[in-house]
Amino acid sequence: MIDYVLKRMIQLIPALLIVSVVSFSIIYFAPGDPAETLCTGPDGTANPKSVEAFRTKMGLDKPLYTQYLIWLNNVLHGDLGYSYQSGSPVFNHIKRAFGATFKLSVVSLIISLAISIPLGIISAIKQNSPVDVACMVGASLGVSMPNFWLGLLLMLLFGVYLGWLPVAGYGDGGDLEHILLPAITLGTGSAAITARLMRSSMLEALGQDYIQTARAKGVSERIVISKHALKNALIPVVTMIGLNFGYLLNGSIVVETIFGWPGIGRLTIDSINMRDYMMVQGCIMFVAILFVVINLLVDISYRYIDPRIRYDAAR
Amino acid sequence: MSSLEIIDLKTHFPTPDGHVRAVDTITLSIMENETFGVIGETGCGKTVLGLSVMRLLPPTATIAGKIRYAGRNLLEVSEAEMRRVRGEEIAMILQNPTTSLNPVIRVGEQIAEAIRLHQGLNKRDAKKKAVEMLDAVKIPSPAERANEYPHEFSGGMKQRVMIAMGLACDPALIIADEPTKGLDVTIKAQIVELIQKVTEKKAMLLITHDLGVARELCDRIALMYAGELVEYAQIKEIFENPLHPYTRGFLGSLPDQGLVPIPGISPSLIELPDGCRFHPRCKYTTDVCKQKHPEMIEVAEGHFVRCFHA
Repeated sequence: MIDYVLKRMIQLIPALLIVSVVSFSIIYFAPGDPAETLCTGPDGTANPKSVEAFRTKMGLDKPLYTQYLIWLNNVLHGDLGYSYQSGSPVFNHIKRAFGATFKLSVVSLIISLAISIPLGIISAIKQNSPVDVACMVGASLGVSMPNFWLGLLLMLLFGVYLGWLPVAGYGDGGDLEHILLPAITLGTGSAAITARLMRSSMLEALGQDYIQTARAKGVSERIVISKHALKNALIPVVTMIGLNFGYLLNGSIVVETIFGWPGIGRLTIDSINMRDYMMVQGCIMFVAILFVVINLLVDISYRYIDPRIRYDAAR
Repeated sequence: MSSLEIIDLKTHFPTPDGHVRAVDTITLSIMENETFGVIGETGCGKTVLGLSVMRLLPPTATIAGKIRYAGRNLLEVSEAEMRRVRGEEIAMILQNPTTSLNPVIRVGEQIAEAIRLHQGLNKRDAKKKAVEMLDAVKIPSPAERANEYPHEFSGGMKQRVMIAMGLACDPALIIADEPTKGLDVTIKAQIVELIQKVTEKKAMLLITHDLGVARELCDRIALMYAGELVEYAQIKEIFENPLHPYTRGFLGSLPDQGLVPIPGISPSLIELPDGCRFHPRCKYTTDVCKQKHPEMIEVAEGHFVRCFHA
């Protein structure tokens, strides 16, 4: 098991190197220049002298590969660099933004699961009934509704007309009333997909021979569903939930932007707009690592939900 | 004293293409301590017969007739009562142990579940009983094996687990559906021997297409063709004096009888032939066979045949 995790971790290294080279190059070749962006004052023109001075100071006058190697060397020494904008360490920015994204992700996930798992199960049990049709139409709506639009509608309803919840913002460290609307926006989208998978997976499990075996033992229908079928049906759903959580943790640029949530998605998009190279690079590396780690955790969790999988044997 | 009595059982499945008459007017009774075999080709409806007794059919199925067991008609008892019957009074050993065991639940727990449910034992005692059951079906180191999952068992061992599960609550009647299917010859012999031993004091309905197995285990056998019984008698009588052409064909198709196949294929259970259902494949067919459906007649004591020419 530990071998397996170590092996996966080592495989991570080339992936991260490739991601860093690609993202470094793309942002470099994109039009725009951090020095000019930063030194442009309210009157609209940048002072060439201060632009030049900033470039020299930040090493932006060096060739691309030199810049990359310097950056890589610093990262290997645990230094992600400093934001051009604020001058404070990139690591601190990411830490703060990730905290906000993490909170939002957890609440979204809870909302998503609370909706999708029961609905998926009910739809499967009452297959082709009006309840099933209603759930699945709802799920289709949920999948096809764009995030930003649903977010704006929720904002209008609960923030503007009813006035129950704040329209946007982070509030006092991301308190419950500020988190609800963005979390519902994110949660319903993933709930729709999870509910559909839960339904089909449950239907498949209910059609298996071992369900007949359980019934032949005299097990009640409730336990047939909640124990014999659900345990099997959850296997694919857990993968999906894990990946979903990975996406949520990467921060949703759209939802974080419209709700003014200071998360990792917004940090990334803002630093791209400002051509804040160090910050963009830091965010991308962070998100890449996070994604791989989540995938690894999902793979490890299989071991506990599906006894047929043993990593030691697969080696 | 009869244990199970099936009277005029009809199990049909309505489909868009017509009624599938899987079980069509079957009457049979099984005595206490008797093993009764139902033999037939794949698709003749024998598994549906077993599932009808357990009332484990999909909700679309329509069942008519009577299934008398322990003084009541099982087709009329409540679902809650039926749940008590299943596993405790009548156990069914389903076919294909590989797919019939739950892949994500430990084998011991799959057996203990029925014990807790029907005998009200607590978790620990039920687990202990489950281990004893595994021991009774000759699974080596049962205490360790109880904590394993089905995929860690071989085909023959899985079949033993299925048998242990069926016997766990000491039911008086066992319905075994193809318990030797897919096992190689030596394992099959072991399983047959095991079934023989554990069902000695029980009534059993054995569903199989394997005449060799039936010969080993059964006291009486019935031949089933296209949803109905065509002949039944004591096992010895069937082998020595088979009367129905289908029975003769079936016996003749055994390896030691020259492997002569019955010509033609079984009819679809939706469009059954008029008259005798076997007439399109029968070499003795006359006009009456094409027009009239033969009734079951007793030709000798306890020997029944559905044929005009018997």
